[in-house]
Amino acid sequence: MNGFPILSIMLAVPLVAAIWCLLSPGEGEAKAQSARITALAATLINFALGLVLWNNYQEGGPRWQFVERADIFGRFSWALGIDGIALMLIVLSVFLMPLCILASWKAIGKRVPEYMGAFLLMETLMIGVFAAQDLFLFYIMFEGGLIPMYLVIGIWGGARRIYASYKFFLYTLLGSVLMLIAMLYMARTAGTTDVPSLMAYNFTPRAQLWLFLAFFASFAVKMPMWPVHTWLPDAHVEAPTAGSVILAGVLLKMGGYGFIRFALPMFPDASAHYFWLVMGLSMIATVYTSLVALVQKDMKKLIAYSSVAHMALVTFGLFTFNRQGIEGALMVMLGHGLVSGALFLCVGVVYDRLHTREISRYGGIANNMPAYATFFLFFTMASVGLPGLSNFPGEFLAMMGTYKASSWAAFIAVTGIITGAAYMLYLYRRIAFGPQKNADAAAMPDLSAREWLVLAPLAAAVLWMGVYPESFLAPMRADVGALLERIQPAAPPSDAALTVPAAVSPVIAGER
Amino acid sequence: MSYMASFALSAPEIILSFSAILLMLVAAWGGDKASQAITWLSVLALAAAGFALLGPSGSAGVGYDGLYVADSFASFSKVLIYIGAAVAILIAPGFFDREGEMRAEYPVLILLSAVGMSTMVSAIDMLTLYVGLELQSLAAYVLASFLRRDDRSAEAGLKYFVLGALASGILLYGISLLYGFSGTTSFTGIAAAMKAGMGSGLLFGLVFVLAGLAFKISAVPFHMWTPDVYEGAPTPVTTFFASAPKVAAMALTVRVAIEAMGPATDQWRQIIIFCALASTILGGVGAIGQTNIKRLLAYSSINNVGFALMGLVPGTAYGASSVMVYMAIYVAMTLGSLLCVLQMRTANGTPTEQIASLAGLSRTRPALAAAFAIFMFSLAGIPPLFGFYGKFIVFDALVDVGMWPLAMIGIATSVIGAFYYLKVVKTMYFDEPAAPLAPSRSAAEGVLIALAALFVSPLGYLAIPMLSEVTMNAAHSLF
Repeated sequence: MNGFPILSIMLAVPLVAAIWCLLSPGEGEAKAQSARITALAATLINFALGLVLWNNYQEGGPRWQFVERADIFGRFSWALGIDGIALMLIVLSVFLMPLCILASWKAIGKRVPEYMGAFLLMETLMIGVFAAQDLFLFYIMFEGGLIPMYLVIGIWGGARRIYASYKFFLYTLLGSVLMLIAMLYMARTAGTTDVPSLMAYNFTPRAQLWLFLAFFASFAVKMPMWPVHTWLPDAHVEAPTAGSVILAGVLLKMGGYGFIRFALPMFPDASAHYFWLVMGLSMIATVYTSLVALVQKDMKKLIAYSSVAHMALVTFGLFTFNRQGIEGALMVMLGHGLVSGALFLCVGVVYDRLHTREISRYGGIANNMPAYATFFLFFTMASVGLPGLSNFPGEFLAMMGTYKASSWAAFIAVTGIITGAAYMLYLYRRIAFGPQKNADAAAMPDLSAREWLVLAPLAAAVLWMGVYPESFLAPMRADVGALLERIQPAAPPSDAALTVPAAVSPVIAGER
Repeated sequence: MSYMASFALSAPEIILSFSAILLMLVAAWGGDKASQAITWLSVLALAAAGFALLGPSGSAGVGYDGLYVADSFASFSKVLIYIGAAVAILIAPGFFDREGEMRAEYPVLILLSAVGMSTMVSAIDMLTLYVGLELQSLAAYVLASFLRRDDRSAEAGLKYFVLGALASGILLYGISLLYGFSGTTSFTGIAAAMKAGMGSGLLFGLVFVLAGLAFKISAVPFHMWTPDVYEGAPTPVTTFFASAPKVAAMALTVRVAIEAMGPATDQWRQIIIFCALASTILGGVGAIGQTNIKRLLAYSSINNVGFALMGLVPGTAYGASSVMVYMAIYVAMTLGSLLCVLQMRTANGTPTEQIASLAGLSRTRPALAAAFAIFMFSLAGIPPLFGFYGKFIVFDALVDVGMWPLAMIGIATSVIGAFYYLKVVKTMYFDEPAAPLAPSRSAAEGVLIALAALFVSPLGYLAIPMLSEVTMNAAHSLF
């Protein structure tokens, strides 16, 4: 791939398609249909490019690949490049996008060209976030995502869409502006806006404490971590199905990606200093949001709270300062991206039929929708962390890493798995099993061919990730190693460090 | 320096003055029938004045025995001023024709105001400054009440005049104090006196001069006139007020702060910090309850002036250049959004200014709504729109000198502002359509909106290298 600007092209394809969706001639339904087809084609092209990217990524090659750089912005540059972590997240994004377009094929009936345009724009910005190698280019992409998401929630959302869109926008904006000032400070102090150079730059421990907090404010909101998670249930509930999928599948991952790309390697001392802050918030999040999820009456809200709980597992893992924890956190991010996306799509399927998300309006639909019930069960099990499905490797690794860092944190983290199983199975029982008490729910037809097409690839990916996680772990392994090399000297003391005889240690200490 | 050389330096002002006088005669003989021709001729005069900046009047130095300077800082400001003035002239016929009030004097008054503004940004003596400021203001007072039969317009003119006269008085009092305690009215002389010793007389002079200038840029706490005048003045005049005079007054403030009061930076810095923060906060909070789009944009301009002033706080060349970048982007955004306001007419052609009348605009007029939304998001400073870069660079200037706590507070206040910009977008995109607006009649306005929208779109980022070079040159000519 020498010199071929594949990342720029992946950014350009959706952008051009978005402009075409908005400006193409035509009226009414014809224009809507052409916008749908354009969007599907563009996202499929990008998915193909994503596979090319994955295929050409050299494991064990240089740390930053597909690097592009053009100093056209004066104060900062158009610098792109990816490592294995960014690669996996880009692949996740381009995989979910065509499914989102397909899921909105019928569900979105009004203002289709604008809708498709907003989604395509979002795809550009998402890929941009993961591919940016310039501090400010990252910020622009990171913040730019607010505009299309604001419009998607506000125009095509549910009843309280306006409240939800404002809350989403202002919450995340307030979180991020402080990060901008921190970035300006860093660029001034280090004299560069190049992310790889900054990852190697040693800021003074005192400065790190402040910089970390500024970044933390932004990423914790995006993640979202307790107590700044309250925008998420509102945004999820009001957003259209595909909006929720992208929100849960990719936008939330930006928080975790931010921690791993910026907060940890750039401020290792501060990360260790705030170890208990992060662990404490994660512990509260696990227990609190799981319990809150248990009592939800709205399907989407329940899954939204389960997202917060899963993201707590990611923050547990990221701040363990050991390989299992960080790799586990990354795997949870990928697995959750697939599973929560799939669960929202499942909700979307029945919502399209009955136009309600209230759990009590359903019941016993396993009888009339057997295929749907099977898929839903499959993804429910994946969300619970059943071995052999996508979330298990990540959750297991993250938990093990957490135990190595702090046994108390691990103790609390494990309760999240138990309550997670409780609320997901409880949800599934109320929807799919039991008597068919609602006539309209009992009359719903099973999956259409289009819905099969949306859910089947996700199920396949979930199974793949559960059975052979190595495919996904391998590209990231070297990058996690480089990160560990950078942060391990600062690792906080652990209460669970095993003192292992030298002869036995290789077996216990690592999976490789 | 000979008079001829001085004349050559001030070629733009001379071109504009003579054009204004000539066109005034044409207006006197030709009457309002000639207004079409006068409109185009005055735009031509502004273009000629702009091209004159390529010659010696671009950056050749001091003229008129130290009263006037032609440097790259002045040239950059003048370009922005002429663009603002030209747009204000171009959009006028479409507006006033409907009111039956298009008068041939309108372009002439704008030209005279442009002469005043040109003089302001080239002033390096308190007297030149005052003469320029008054020329600009007097033309502006008349423009504000241009719709003679409209009560609100007359009220706006009167309010602007009374408060403006008060501000001029304060400014003049400050100038007299500076003169009394330094023995000179030239900027360099005042700076030398301040360097020699900062007595309380000079300090009071500094405070009064800055207060007078704060009125002209409508920074809090001297902003009270802005919403009323913006609302009452005819929309093309509001467009003019929000762009060119703002740039001129801001450039003037930067020049006075750095050239005349440079040694007293520590003294004026507190004043500027207060004005900047108060403007960003009050400009944000005040706009929230507004239902009139012009009042909302007035508060938005107060808010933006606050951010531009942040760039002045460090008192460095980089800071001064960031102010000019901010103003350049601000001019594009504010011209664009007021041009959109100009399109707001009910089905029978009466202009409307209610935000509620924008409801559902994205469905009735998608292109207009998209442009308006771009300007709103850009004014809020949301990337990837170009308005973000203005905020970016003023805060960069603050962080550059280690004033990051102020930058943190300042940028947090921008979230308040984001709220009401979002409100406009919400009305256009989320609400059910209200009665549709009348279709656009002027192709020129559409083109201008499209140009402004392109500039503030992410394409604007490509202009950064050019913009930073020009503004850095401009800023260096101050030091």
